[in-house]
Amino acid sequence: MEVHRPQKRASSSDVVSNATIPLYLTAPPMEVRLEEFELFAIDRLRVLKAVSDGLARGKNPKEMDNLVDNSWKEHMTVPDVSEMFNKDIISHFVLRLVYCRSDELKKWFLSMETALFRHRFRLQKPESLKEKLRQVERSLGQNSPDIEPIYYKVPFEEVPDLVAGRRVFIQKGYAFVAGSQLVSLVVTQFRSHLSKALILTNRKWTTTIREREKDRLTPIVEGLSTSYLGPDYSQSNEYADISLKDIDQVAKSSFPLCMRHLFEKLREDHHLKHGGRMQLGLFLKGVGLKLDDALAFWRAEFTKKVGSERFDKEYAYSIRHNYGKEGKRTDYTPYACQKIISSAPGVGDHHGCPYRHFSEDNLRAALGRMGLSSRGMEDVMDKVRNKHYQLACTLTFEAVYGTSCDAGINHPNQYFEESQKILKSKTPTAPV
Amino acid sequence: MTREETENRGEDMVIDVPQTTNPKTKIENPDEFNVHYLRIYYGNMFPYTDIHKWLSYGHDGKHPGCDEYYFGRREFSFTLENDVYLRYKSFKNASAMEDAIKGSFPYKIDIGAVYSVDPDKRHAYAQTGTNVFTPVERELVFDIDITDYDDVRYCCSGADVCSRCWPLMTVAIKVIDTSLREDFGFKHILWVFSGRRGVHCWVCDAKARRLTNEQRSAVAEYFRVYKGNENNARKVALMGHSLHPFLARSYGDFLQKFFERDLQATQSIFSSKEKYEKILEMISDEDIQSELREKWENSARSSLSEEDISRTRWEQLKSTLQSKKQKSAFSLMNLKIPVLLSFNLVSNVPGSNAAEVSKQMNHLLKAPFCVHPKTGRVCVPIDPNNCDEFDPLAVPTLPQLIEEINSGGSKMDVDDDVSERNLLGRSIKFFRSSFLEPLLKSCKEEIESSYNTKIEKSKDSFSW
Ligand code: SF4
Ligand SMILES: [Zn+2]
Repeated sequence: MEVHRPQKRASSSDVVSNATIPLYLTAPPMEVRLEEFELFAIDRLRVLKAVSDGLARGKNPKEMDNLVDNSWKEHMTVPDVSEMFNKDIISHFVLRLVYCRSDELKKWFLSMETALFRHRFRLQKPESLKEKLRQVERSLGQNSPDIEPIYYKVPFEEVPDLVAGRRVFIQKGYAFVAGSQLVSLVVTQFRSHLSKALILTNRKWTTTIREREKDRLTPIVEGLSTSYLGPDYSQSNEYADISLKDIDQVAKSSFPLCMRHLFEKLREDHHLKHGGRMQLGLFLKGVGLKLDDALAFWRAEFTKKVGSERFDKEYAYSIRHNYGKEGKRTDYTPYACQKIISSAPGVGDHHGCPYRHFSEDNLRAALGRMGLSSRGMEDVMDKVRNKHYQLACTLTFEAVYGTSCDAGINHPNQYFEESQKILKSKTPTAPV
Repeated sequence: MTREETENRGEDMVIDVPQTTNPKTKIENPDEFNVHYLRIYYGNMFPYTDIHKWLSYGHDGKHPGCDEYYFGRREFSFTLENDVYLRYKSFKNASAMEDAIKGSFPYKIDIGAVYSVDPDKRHAYAQTGTNVFTPVERELVFDIDITDYDDVRYCCSGADVCSRCWPLMTVAIKVIDTSLREDFGFKHILWVFSGRRGVHCWVCDAKARRLTNEQRSAVAEYFRVYKGNENNARKVALMGHSLHPFLARSYGDFLQKFFERDLQATQSIFSSKEKYEKILEMISDEDIQSELREKWENSARSSLSEEDISRTRWEQLKSTLQSKKQKSAFSLMNLKIPVLLSFNLVSNVPGSNAAEVSKQMNHLLKAPFCVHPKTGRVCVPIDPNNCDEFDPLAVPTLPQLIEEINSGGSKMDVDDDVSERNLLGRSIKFFRSSFLEPLLKSCKEEIESSYNTKIEKSKDSFSW
């Protein structure tokens, strides 16, 4: 695979043109436009993230089939079949580069690609065809629809998932795999092939590609694994338009736990350290607090502690800066969950994600204040223990507002907006 | 004549479980267990050659197909007297291992994986940039602790064990050992007493040593009945209409009898509210839960013995589930509950913590024939075919062993002669005859055959 800048793509009509699932055995000799290199990868990443989210929520295989089907249609489908095949291949190989770079990345990619493959494979089984075959069987008087006549005898190691679920009979080291379970065999092969391939890719990456592509692909590759894929919350919109006077009320009703905590601490201590000011400040900008209101808001608290002169001198600048009114005038975007979760708050800091950074006792107390039942609390704590912090936040959201949030929480501003949508739809003519 | 040959003659394979010691003699007193005893033990009694032979898996340099660096790539770790913990130690051969152990008299010796390169020199390889230091082989191991069964253990708490609760361990050994052999087809399985309150299982077949982490956890999952963790009520998993052959066999062959007869007698697991609540929690159908709870709460006063109350309630539980058969669409599943419950309680094999050990290749596990630093007991092998007779409290402690040698005047030089009259000697003998010799035999065969294939292949490549 070569990456090119030219606008025109060499024809790839030699590619098989139906909806097959590639095994990604070799990188195809095709040219890829630089924009596509990144865009395709991002689209695939959206699918993989949806898969990871579905798995973490413990969705059953049937639900996962649907999830994969929908998310693939949404992100990876393009009208032209051969284009789609190319997109599938290209995006996969780009992400191999992205995710070969550490054991942790490798592990994630391997599980998600394997799950994706498994469900795409399952989806392929054409139900209609099966029904027709049944008809033929019945017409011949072989009415045995539920009996799987053929079993494959394979070493148990080749079907670990069937063994783990006790879904096969095992005897003296061999598993008896029914025809309908063959997917498991294919998936194991897929997985072991990909696992080895990633090691090789890693070697190539560290020895040559990284250096050779340092001005072109390397920055893209390095950015992709940590990229935030949700919408941009740097500009306020319909649901994000709050003013100073209802900020307390809104904080109570619609802030995610991380922001609620910062907000309460600020009201309590009349001060926040840098990390907290950034995290909360940018969030507030995202929910539509105007610069003047923001200055007034921070001033009101800080001056209780440091005096107004010092506030103007030391703090006002950075608030204006966040709004792009000072310094380089770049617009700072509000932090996404991923960034907040991976921050490392020190002593006296209040920023970060409570699901990750609070002690179990503190988190339980905070969730209790949000009105979670003990049942809801256990569900949340279970996700926390498994390090699924965003999912824990999503479950909190679902418990607090009593609706499901299938997209999952990826951004505090998204949490806020979803919550506002729900609250506003409940009280259509909210009197001001 | 080599030693193996000598011993092979006319040996019967039955282990003698040491019973000459007084089970009451415990040494929990750390003063009694000190480096002085370890010096004697590791100086004269520890079976270095056997351990080395075992972990060499036939790579003894005698066959051209041998990998002479195999043993040297095995990780050992030592825990020293003052809690100093040394990882990634490795030894070229038996005498290097012996020297290292005699040089520091570790309180604990752990065995890890075989790595791609000598663990001791891993830093040197790291300099070369490529990621080559990685585990390549590791026995499939299970670490079962008596505290995994605390839900049905009322005689002891924490680290204590007694003759009333140890049978829980015994039945777990039977269930797992049978499945490892019958279902998974493994042959070279070593069970070892952990020295205090549990057992370790080492599956040493070549195939087992090469399992990936994913395959390891598949085996562990195969044994597991409930899902959930200690903070989540564990619900019995209900799926399908009949039992998997593994569950059916385990229940029929071991669990039912043990659960209904022995466990009711020793632990009376339904006799009080505190006890039966733990079990009710595992039934996912809330109607059944409350129906039984009501019945039992109202029958609190009775002249029956605890054991009889417990038995009655178990029967009630079973018949309640049966009676639901008509009403519930999931009737057949209800019949499974008793089976699964007893499985869950009696044989929740890799308990929450134990599972981890079996899932990761690079995990460490205490070496057989080590001495448990708290009890002073030697980690001797257990014969799975006679595990009912094994009494953890009768396992010799170091002071007892040493005393025995001193008084009995029995010559204790493992490398030349293993005395049958000696407690440790009998364990070593059992280790050799029932585990080591068959293992080495099949290792040699494997080395031979893979060597021949290689030769064949190279011939092919010449002719092509
Ligand atoms: S998951 Fe995101 S929104 Fe929720 S608390 Fe953590 S950082 Fe905030
Ligand atoms: Zn006991």
